[in-house]
Amino acid sequence: MALEQTIYRELKATAGVWQAAALLGAFLVAAGGAWFYMEHHGHAVTGMNNQIVWGLPHVFAIFLIVAASGALNVASIASVFGNKHYKPMGRFSSLLAITLLVGGLAIVVLDLGRADRLIVAMTSYNFKSIFAWNILLYNGFIAIVAVYLVLQMMRRLDYKWVKLAGLIAFLWRLALTTGTGSIFGWLVARPGYDAAIMAPLFVMMSFAFGLAVFILVLLTLLRLNDRPIGDELLMRMGRLLGIFAAAVLYFTAVQYLTASYAAEHRDMVRFILVEGGIYTLLFWGVQVVLGGLVPMALVFLNPSRSSTLLASILVVIGGFAQVYVIVIGGQAFPLQIFPGYEVIEGFHEGIVNPYTPSIWELMLGLGGVALALFAAGLGAKILRVLPTNLSDANLAAKG
Amino acid sequence: MTNRAEMTRRDILKSGAAASTVTLGPGVTLMAFGGTPAEASSRADAGKRWGLLIDASKCSADCSDCVTACKVENGWGQDMEHGHIDPEQAPEWIRKVTLRDKETGREVSAPVMCQHCEDPPCVDVCPTGASMKRIDGIVQVDKHICIGCRYCMMACPFKARSFVHEAVTDQSVNAPRGKGTVESCNLCAPRIDSGRIPACVEACEKAGHSAILFGDLKDPDSPISKALRDYDTVALRSDLELNAGVRYTNL
Amino acid sequence: MRLVLAFLAVCGLAVGAAADGAGPVVPTATGEPHPATENWRANHMVYMKHDRDLTMRDGVRDLGPEDHEINASLAECFDCHAVKDEAGQEVSFEDERHFCRVCHDYAAVTVDCFMCHRSTPADNTAYRAMATADDPASIEAYLARLSEEMSQ
Repeated sequence: MALEQTIYRELKATAGVWQAAALLGAFLVAAGGAWFYMEHHGHAVTGMNNQIVWGLPHVFAIFLIVAASGALNVASIASVFGNKHYKPMGRFSSLLAITLLVGGLAIVVLDLGRADRLIVAMTSYNFKSIFAWNILLYNGFIAIVAVYLVLQMMRRLDYKWVKLAGLIAFLWRLALTTGTGSIFGWLVARPGYDAAIMAPLFVMMSFAFGLAVFILVLLTLLRLNDRPIGDELLMRMGRLLGIFAAAVLYFTAVQYLTASYAAEHRDMVRFILVEGGIYTLLFWGVQVVLGGLVPMALVFLNPSRSSTLLASILVVIGGFAQVYVIVIGGQAFPLQIFPGYEVIEGFHEGIVNPYTPSIWELMLGLGGVALALFAAGLGAKILRVLPTNLSDANLAAKG
Repeated sequence: MTNRAEMTRRDILKSGAAASTVTLGPGVTLMAFGGTPAEASSRADAGKRWGLLIDASKCSADCSDCVTACKVENGWGQDMEHGHIDPEQAPEWIRKVTLRDKETGREVSAPVMCQHCEDPPCVDVCPTGASMKRIDGIVQVDKHICIGCRYCMMACPFKARSFVHEAVTDQSVNAPRGKGTVESCNLCAPRIDSGRIPACVEACEKAGHSAILFGDLKDPDSPISKALRDYDTVALRSDLELNAGVRYTNL
Repeated sequence: MRLVLAFLAVCGLAVGAAADGAGPVVPTATGEPHPATENWRANHMVYMKHDRDLTMRDGVRDLGPEDHEINASLAECFDCHAVKDEAGQEVSFEDERHFCRVCHDYAAVTVDCFMCHRSTPADNTAYRAMATADDPASIEAYLARLSEEMSQ
């Protein structure tokens, strides 16, 4: 038996690849149109208002940004923690991390009231703002992971440099997700946020969402080019996904248990967990059961190729619901400005803030996803990042 | 006088005449602005901290003159009156609330606007520094560098800020405001800079309620400082220890 | 190289056009001219940006006659630089005859001022001077009223 090794080749432009590109392109065009419409008419045409100031675009954006740092995990596991099974996927993992972040940031930027002033955000910094820190963390992430990707692709390079770059990228991605979580965790005013656990919760969410997105995108691209991927490898990734999903549930449990212990936050906990209507449904039904318990049951009780695939899809859906509950639910719960008083006349005082996303916000959000996927596909088309053969036999032979 | 030490060099040079008036006695600190229109010069003064004290017992539930005056002064609120914008998307620099005490059933009414915190969360979170506090304590948005991210609105505990959801034309010259930026009460900074009281304070006086007391919190002899010493007052969300510049009494 | 040549050609055309009188015709203003008009034409954006930060962030509304010929206010530009339409109404920035637009359209430089600022003469000039004690809205008169009330 000939000793095979990992060979990276550009994606071949099959009909399927072209169809996928055309589909994503359509989403991009739609998002461009939606953005132009929102930019021209102002945010009056969106469902966002002075109570729900961040809406569906931010849900998409935060999901993508969180998933971006998680998508890098596969590369980190290989080069930082020395796992040989994940090494062939390291290049694509790095590429996907960059494109997911770009997709997420594109949504945030295009949703700005003054997107034309993006340059101001790059030149005028308030260093006390966690948001300003995040701008540096995001730009730094793209630069560091790009270098890491190049080092992985260099031939005849001492592997210690890849390891070093991988370590820096891994530490940076932890900082990045801590920063993203702290955008909410440091908001003292709102009972739904204002908690240190937001940072580790977001780190754990990124592990789960990022791996799930990585599995789905990888499987799609491999299938488009009829490249094999082994059952054993997929089940291995499925098990890891199950552990991450369990960890997300754990942090979520601690988050709400802690909040329910404080009398001042009890109303908020009751809102999300019991009386919140759509938010309660999304929390229990989609986030906890569909996005947490079911994937865990699939990968641990019935490990298989299709279990991993299905679990990945469910983790993505559950993750999206979780971000929705955090971002929108946290704003829908009313601010308690006058404790001890009942507001009998006022402006949306003490009542749950309604939010109905508009089609434009949905199109913009989906456009960000399309951008991330299109860029990942394009990267795989022009760079040698995807291995030709990920079958178990090949991996074993190589090891 | 406390203000003298912190006056800028130019103010000192200019207010040679004013210097004598400053020493006249307590309560006339405004003399530091300079005396006559001819030598007009204004600059936010670090020796001052402007604030409001709202007496809920004097505020009438069926009066909203302060809100109307703010709308006229700063040119907001027509959007909703013209009926083409969602009320939840309409600007709200100042709003009237009527509250019922859950224990006693007593009803009170009061205006709520930007609370001009000493440690404003909106200023801390703003990525560009557009959300800012002047040295005289006024918290406002520098719309020249606001990118419209709305993070300050997430951070404000009082819902004091609004986002301009559609294009604005024919703005008031005192209050430039436009689509895609965040806005809020600036304590009528242009009025204060020209030695005038905020529009809501003036309107409340004219309505005969005098429920809003305006003044310099740093001057121990100012009427507002005396009132804060003499009466039981509260700051909204005092648990956050933001040291609001707007205080309430009889709430 | 071809690009550079094309660029130079366009520049040449532009200069030629201006020489032919096809350039922007700056609307005439009323009032006293600036002491150094050329300097204002070249550097107005620097001055305006400087004064905007002074005004917004430091509360300097009126620099005083000895410091400046004009006050730190965009609104006051239109005291002299308003352009009127056929009906005698001052045109806003929407109209291409607006003072700022004439040159800026020609030079294709975006003006960011008028999304927030009004582009026609001020609706209210009351705050250009410091309040006097006899103005009932002045802080001085207000504090006098308060001390009167409190002494009662």
